[in-house]
Amino acid sequence: MSKFGVLFRTTAVRLSALYLVLFSLCAVFLVFYVTGMSERLLQQQTREAISVEATQIEDIYERAGVSGLLRSLERRARQPGANLYVIAGPSGEILAGNVAGLEPGLLDDEGWTSEPFHYRRFTDENRADNHVALAQVLVLDNGLRILVGRDLQEPEKFRVLVRQALVVALGIMGLGALVIWFGIGRNALRRIDRMSEASTKIMAGDLSQRLPMSGSGDEFDRLSESLNAMLGRIEKLNEGLKQVSDNIAHDLKTPLTRLRNKAEAALASKEGGNQNGALEEIIGESDQLIRTFNALLMISRVEAGSAVAEMSDVDLSGIVGDCVELYEPLAEESALRLEADVQPGVVISGNRELIGQALGNLIDNAIKYAEGAENPRIRLEMKKSGVNVVLAVADHGPGIPENMRREVVKRFVRLDESRTKPGTGLGLSLVEAVMEMHHGSLDLWATEPDGNGLTVRMVFPAGAT
Amino acid sequence: MVTRMKILIVEDDLEAAAYLAKAFREAGIVSDHASDGESGLFMASENAYDVLVVDRMLPRRDGLSLITELRRRGVHTPVLILSALGQVDDRVTGLRAGGDDYLPKPYAFSELLARVEVLGRRKGTLDQDMVYRVGDLELDRLAHSVRRQGKEIPLQPREFRLLEYLMKNAGQVVTRTMLLENVWDYHFDPQTNVIDVHVSRLRSKIEKDFEPPLLRTVRGAGYMIKDDRTAEI
Repeated sequence: MSKFGVLFRTTAVRLSALYLVLFSLCAVFLVFYVTGMSERLLQQQTREAISVEATQIEDIYERAGVSGLLRSLERRARQPGANLYVIAGPSGEILAGNVAGLEPGLLDDEGWTSEPFHYRRFTDENRADNHVALAQVLVLDNGLRILVGRDLQEPEKFRVLVRQALVVALGIMGLGALVIWFGIGRNALRRIDRMSEASTKIMAGDLSQRLPMSGSGDEFDRLSESLNAMLGRIEKLNEGLKQVSDNIAHDLKTPLTRLRNKAEAALASKEGGNQNGALEEIIGESDQLIRTFNALLMISRVEAGSAVAEMSDVDLSGIVGDCVELYEPLAEESALRLEADVQPGVVISGNRELIGQALGNLIDNAIKYAEGAENPRIRLEMKKSGVNVVLAVADHGPGIPENMRREVVKRFVRLDESRTKPGTGLGLSLVEAVMEMHHGSLDLWATEPDGNGLTVRMVFPAGAT
Repeated sequence: MVTRMKILIVEDDLEAAAYLAKAFREAGIVSDHASDGESGLFMASENAYDVLVVDRMLPRRDGLSLITELRRRGVHTPVLILSALGQVDDRVTGLRAGGDDYLPKPYAFSELLARVEVLGRRKGTLDQDMVYRVGDLELDRLAHSVRRQGKEIPLQPREFRLLEYLMKNAGQVVTRTMLLENVWDYHFDPQTNVIDVHVSRLRSKIEKDFEPPLLRTVRGAGYMIKDDRTAEI
């Protein structure tokens, strides 16, 4: 595609071209209208002048007779820019005047010549009748014919002049439009080129690049601005993602290293029994890894929203009941008491599996961290509250310092840095993802006024009753 | 005499398939292998297998369409679907297509093995049986009662279902995930030892005053209820 071709495909140029065509049509119409009108006006004036002169000539003839008329005509004919005068005999032969030749038969009829006619002047070198005039023919009572006329060169010249002026003006305007097209089009193209250049860099992976702004606040700037805002968001998400994958890499490296070390040790060991034990440990480690992977996958599935299709009306009270029943023996084993205060028959729109798993994670955490607490109660409360359904799990364990409560929801973040408690560090992340999918929220509080204990609240929109 | 179970693995990852075949062989299961959907369909229609292990994503014909077509042809071999797809409703679509069980990748082989064995024996197990027996332990599904050596053992409803599932699959390894799925109807990985506690409670009830122990823990895999004396016959 040639440069001009590219230019022509810009919107600015196309619009300008359309305007130019419309403008030209108007201008051409204007040229013809103006010149036509002015020509008619001038002819009218010419006729009036001729009429006046003819009346004067008739007057002179009546007062001074033929000789006076002749003198008068001679004098008039000599004046610069004089009118046309012809004195002819009764049969039409030219006797005197300032005209060298006329179209034949012009003098036959008295009155106005019907059309502008051609005539020849004495000054003309060739013998062609190449001047145009309007005239009136008078017939005197002695049979003499007198023609009084006026050359039409002036109006004709005027007409040509007006036309030329208009054509020139139009030409200049057209040229101007072309230059403006080119300017606008090229400017637009250049800015778009700059934007594409920046996007190419972004596509190549440099997310810190931004689209250029001219600062004029025009539509290009507005477009760049919103695209830049979008890029900012993408960059932030991407950084988050990178953070997560860094965490994942780190958190998987540790168990993998442990796995490898155990396998190595088992390989080096000569005792068969020892080897079997090591292999079992290795299987345990692998199971933990698989568990971590599955939890990660589950979180990303939930976050991707692919489970939304699986939402239906679920009996939240029933799910809470199931979970209490499932975890109650485990709590008892850890010398904890699982209490439930559940409003019966609460139905929300959701995914039974995911809610069950999320609540399971919370109860599991509570049991894990409240073990050995002074107050062995873990309290589950679920009730409708206005437009929400609030499901809370409260324990009396050590709790989470306020500044860490947002942190622990992130993937692989665990309060217990030494990681003595079993777990993937993904439990709360999954709960949050599940809550987001249900258009609800997750918040963490202290159970006791002094900051001890942890209460985790899942807030669901109540939905259909 | 127990005949060896014969299964078909439909999996396009040759290395994974070879590993599975070896692991199944070591577990006493004979396996054939098909590496794409079309040959999998052909082999499953032509030969009698006890279980099909079908990967969800296969060249030439995907796993779900293979199962649908197989069922259309009237082949009712139990199918276990393996899937690496990242959809929460994968299980639902898989089972709807005619699969019998579903295992997301990555999985532990012990989990796969336990599920394949349960599926393969399903034909032999007796859903219509009203009484399950393992040794001197007796579970009456109609009367919801459990007896051992003629003595009634009172169980909670959930404990009853737990025992029922274990006894239905007597002699086979049942994983914790399988228990959570079949007894509680939740399909996630029980994070900690929550299932273990339920099993040990059940165990204390059915074994405390009796000999021999029937319910055993299979390390690295799950649980199995079995009477050793019958196994030796």
